[in-house]
Amino acid sequence: MKTLIKGGRLVDPGREIDAKLDILLNGNIVEKIDKNILDKGSGMRVIDAAGHIVAPGLIDVHAHLREPGYEYKETIRTGTMAAVKGGFTSVVCMANTDPVNDNKSVTEYIVKTARLEGACRVFPCGAISKGLKGEELSDIGEMCEAGIVALSDDGKSVKNAGLLRKAFEYSLLFRIPVISHCEDDNLSGGFVHEGLASVKSGLDAIPSIAEEVIVHRDIAVARYVNAPIHLTHISVQGSLEAIAAAKKGYGKITCDTCPHYFSLIDEATLGFDTNTKVNPPLRSRQDLDAVKEALRNNTIDIIATDHAPHEFTSKDVEFNLATFGISGLETAFALSLALVRDGVLTLKELLAKFTVNPARLLNIPYGTLAQGSAADLIIFNPAIEWTVDTEQFLSKGRNTPFRGWKLKGKNLLTIVDGKIVYRDPLFKKA
Amino acid sequence: MNWDKKDLLGIKELSKEEILLVLDTADSFKDISKREIKKVPTLRGKTVITLFYEPSTRTRTSFEIAAKRLSADTINISSGTSSSVKGETLKDTARNLESMRPDAIVIRHSMPGAPHMLAKILDSSVVNGGDGAHEHPTQALLDLFTIREKKGRIDGLKVVIIGDIAHSRVARSNFFILRHFNTEVVCSGPPTMIPPDIESLGVKAEYDMNKAVRDADVIMMLRIQKERGGISFIPSVKEYSTLYGLRKEHIEKAKKDVIIMHPGPMNRGIEIADEVADGPYSVILDQVENGVAVRMAILYLLIGREA
Repeated sequence: MKTLIKGGRLVDPGREIDAKLDILLNGNIVEKIDKNILDKGSGMRVIDAAGHIVAPGLIDVHAHLREPGYEYKETIRTGTMAAVKGGFTSVVCMANTDPVNDNKSVTEYIVKTARLEGACRVFPCGAISKGLKGEELSDIGEMCEAGIVALSDDGKSVKNAGLLRKAFEYSLLFRIPVISHCEDDNLSGGFVHEGLASVKSGLDAIPSIAEEVIVHRDIAVARYVNAPIHLTHISVQGSLEAIAAAKKGYGKITCDTCPHYFSLIDEATLGFDTNTKVNPPLRSRQDLDAVKEALRNNTIDIIATDHAPHEFTSKDVEFNLATFGISGLETAFALSLALVRDGVLTLKELLAKFTVNPARLLNIPYGTLAQGSAADLIIFNPAIEWTVDTEQFLSKGRNTPFRGWKLKGKNLLTIVDGKIVYRDPLFKKA
Repeated sequence: MNWDKKDLLGIKELSKEEILLVLDTADSFKDISKREIKKVPTLRGKTVITLFYEPSTRTRTSFEIAAKRLSADTINISSGTSSSVKGETLKDTARNLESMRPDAIVIRHSMPGAPHMLAKILDSSVVNGGDGAHEHPTQALLDLFTIREKKGRIDGLKVVIIGDIAHSRVARSNFFILRHFNTEVVCSGPPTMIPPDIESLGVKAEYDMNKAVRDADVIMMLRIQKERGGISFIPSVKEYSTLYGLRKEHIEKAKKDVIIMHPGPMNRGIEIADEVADGPYSVILDQVENGVAVRMAILYLLIGREA
């Protein structure tokens, strides 16, 4: 079946396009992109995108889909439904499931479940070390064969720099990136950012250097073995200065941040709302400004969600005891559109950090729309205002500090592999 | 000045007027404890529960005596006897207690924000009896009461707080209360026990105790918070005692009429020498006495008046 998306403004940073263009889909493939494609075939489905923006489907390089093992927090089904609602058509899921994704049978389970139940494409990230224990390498080759696109012990750093070196070296064989979670647990061990808020609240704190020192170390190790490195959920100024400086002499560094690091600061934790508890923690005003500047000057290449859904009871406890994390897939893109309104990024620059840049990092053939490419796209409107209502979340995780926030910009329609997988009630049926 | 707060969660949330109202109310209650019949009917028919998840001698007894002198009924629950050992959550424990219709719940907990969490879900008044390293509002109120009583004023004083500042809820609450007045507040202790951003609270950090105590009107000593890992921040208790133990030589550097305070429990020979703890400048036992009056004032303001 053919589908014609008509009258929209296509913004595709991968091909430097920002123009009023129609898109003709043939099944799951883009057949043609052109001005004013005529609706002449019989039985052609026409989607009126006039007044809206059409873009390649967004790619999230960092989400926790929780399956297998934590289906009470999220499943591949609910997580991907949340993803497509938020505009994502591809999601990388982290390895800290139970069992850990450190061998091919878990990878195969995720890939198979995603194929059967997923609303969008799912790309598993394999663990660097067996059981995320930081002691020995996981079955990297077999997992690659089964479909992992990256390696990460996300949730913690690989403490043993010798093992980290081996992971970077071994990753070269399979041409997949290592994703570094930067946190020195001898320096961390707290619950909020160490700074103006923690000095008031008395909560045990995580200093910025807990992240910064591992950023330095991991870059040094990757560079030594000439391997690519991707640093994830970067949150502090010192890290960004280190990354910017290192990028000048070494071209294989990329990094991402998450919407909460440019939307909220540590002050938000003063009311002991456990939905503000996230790792890395919400940082200082100065860090937030540095993150925005790094997005502007491209030190930060990618915006990821670090979608970390949790069951209500794990957040409905004392702050110290509450789980870390924010359910982010359904708010990430709308929160990020504020960067365009604030003049930090152009819309094309913002979309690059959600589409072509993650696709390049993961070496996957998505994130841009050309003749012959997969029909993964979204239609959104940056002017529509809406209020974050966690009752409406498709994710099982309602843990978000953005509940009640008025956001501007809404995803209206998501197409994955040629199929409409999400349609906002505001978007009229053709 | 009217009191309209349901709970007493911290000093941070109080205005200067509210702080002075507590002090003035305590003034009028202090006398009750000196009478032969130490009881007034003010809180007759009211129920006060003290829910203590951390050990306490002074605070718990003080609250209980305060409540009893106002004729309230009191029940004590401490962590050893509570259902937390059977795995019940704090919220569930509190909801269950509330079903028995208490008027106030005084809670002490090792985790910052625990009283705030309860205040949101309970109709009863919640009093923070100390939450982790966050706040200990009634301690700061009784400290200020004692300072005002002994010095006749608060403005113009130099107050020095010495010890494990990072892990001390007493220090924090005192910083929050003293910033409402025209005081010079200095904190001192090993640099590992002074948080980097402490000066944002309007206090000066002076690592050298000998310099810190110079011309002090009030010296407040704190203990090492062993239960919050305090020991790991110093090479040894012996060295700590040498560097930050209050002795006569320090008193000589302070104002002639300096007062020495300590929230207790004291570790004699570590942060305070016997000669100082028992000496003429010490008002440590006055603090304990005043604690009863201040807590009577708090209970009265929270649950003693008809709406």
